[in-house]
Amino acid sequence: MTDLTKLTLADARDGLVAKKFTSTELTQAFIKAIDAANPHLNAYVLPTPDHALAQAKASDVRLAKGDARPLEGLPIGNKDLFCTKGIRTTACSRILGNFTPTYESTVGQNLWDAGAVMLGKLNNDEFAMGSSNETSCFGPVVNPWRRLRDGKIDNTKLVPGGSSGGSSAAVSANLCLGATATDTGGSIRQPAALTGTVGIKPTYGRCSRWGIVAFASSLDQAGPIAKTVRDSAIMLRHMASPDPKDSTCVDLPVPDYEAELKRGVKGLRVGVPKEYRVDGMAAETDALWQKGIAWLKAAGATIHDISLPHTKYALPAYYIVAPAECSSNLARYDGVRYGLRLPGKDLIDTYEATRAAGFGKEVKRRVLIGTYVLSAGYYDAYYLQAQKVRTLIKRDFDTAWSDVDVVLTPTTPSPAFGFGEKSGDPLAMYLEDIFTVTVNMAGLPGISVPAGLSAEGTPMGLQLIGKPFDEGTLFRAGQVIEDAAGHFPVPTRWWA
Amino acid sequence: MQVDEATVRRIARLARIRITDEEAVSLQGELSGILAWVEQLGEVDTANVPPMTRVADMKLKQRTDVVTDGDKADDIVANAPMTEDHFFVVPKVVE
Repeated sequence: MTDLTKLTLADARDGLVAKKFTSTELTQAFIKAIDAANPHLNAYVLPTPDHALAQAKASDVRLAKGDARPLEGLPIGNKDLFCTKGIRTTACSRILGNFTPTYESTVGQNLWDAGAVMLGKLNNDEFAMGSSNETSCFGPVVNPWRRLRDGKIDNTKLVPGGSSGGSSAAVSANLCLGATATDTGGSIRQPAALTGTVGIKPTYGRCSRWGIVAFASSLDQAGPIAKTVRDSAIMLRHMASPDPKDSTCVDLPVPDYEAELKRGVKGLRVGVPKEYRVDGMAAETDALWQKGIAWLKAAGATIHDISLPHTKYALPAYYIVAPAECSSNLARYDGVRYGLRLPGKDLIDTYEATRAAGFGKEVKRRVLIGTYVLSAGYYDAYYLQAQKVRTLIKRDFDTAWSDVDVVLTPTTPSPAFGFGEKSGDPLAMYLEDIFTVTVNMAGLPGISVPAGLSAEGTPMGLQLIGKPFDEGTLFRAGQVIEDAAGHFPVPTRWWA
Repeated sequence: MQVDEATVRRIARLARIRITDEEAVSLQGELSGILAWVEQLGEVDTANVPPMTRVADMKLKQRTDVVTDGDKADDIVANAPMTEDHFFVVPKVVE
């Protein structure tokens, strides 16, 4: 029998409906793969095999009756930032301890209502703060990809990107058909780029944020990481929905993104922003970008040079807005209502001891930066100025949309790096998000599609940025890149 | 912006995070570095630019002012580290 874990989500869906295999068989194949891989990759912080098999059994009943829902019986992974009813949810922080939600996130509920099966909770950077998955209280995730040196595999452990590093590693290692993820500054697209997977951050407001542990509320957005553009289109359609429980979630119908894929890019106007050609950009990154331009052109798109003059201010503005909002959001972790509590001599002492023990180093750093920029006398100089710069970043895009339909850039400045290579220097780590963060600041949709391999034999991605709520165009253009570049399966399953 | 140790301690107090002496020293450098880097935003002319308050132009949703949820006291205290009946228990605040 073929290895069912290697199937794409679309092929698995068609195989189940055609009764080539059952959801129970498919789910068991993944449970076995997770058992073998997780001690090496640490992608799952909580596998839930019994839960998965119960869901699979129910799906098999529906499939047998010909009563399949759109994602019936398809096993996926769920980032540990999504609350799961009756199943531990930690955001990979010690401060949440054994927090067991009494409710389900809207995005999760949408997926289960569509018939999907949950294999377990996936690792991420603590509270989604990080670009390498090294800040998780459960330890780092190992990228299934390894570098090649003189044609031989180098055993240096590489990061899978972050914060959705468990999602990206699990998808690329065939430990699920697809995964939920979240993106505040690049946390879906950067890990997708570093693992040869597809990741889309939809427009702010497309997916409900209800039941997702909050980091920076004006930037956070959920989306999928998947093996192919088609799979990501299928998943997003069933993650997104209007939601009365999130006032920022829009009341727009969710299109059938999969139907968009075949439309191609003939006549599509593609913008190439000169400001993304940053100092010190690797030659191979630039070469990949040029390839992407050529592929889209060959498929009938027209290419236009554009300018997004405030690009360089996006990252510093982000590092005011995101910490400010995180310091407010994380104020709720007080040792009183849920999670960890350390006893203190009075209430303030209890707060201080609990938060000192419960938060990791990067989280503390960001809470403190946020507290500083919001403190008396500094609000106008920092937070207000950053929010005004955000308006200018958004206006740059608004101007560009009169000339182009989509913008093409690299996803990251460089491919996957080794453990510890950037974790000692916060600023070096923050630069990982230089190409992705503008998209969050402007609230736009962005997709990363694998497009080639680096000189080290590791994957690299291209990013497409779209107009608000025009995810459909990103899938169309992403499909063209995928068709030209091909797929990037992990070459050696060194952990098996 | 150079952040001194007293400022780091004041901020940590505001954030209700206890820090060690070593952390106070290392955070001084880290926070100074990050704040010096974000200071480049000062060079952007933002006169007459409104702050961004929402990403998409939309009206805030409204709903009928009726009770749609509640009666979940068990759920609400289910994860609390210390409770009594349906109350959260904290150290004494007033004598």
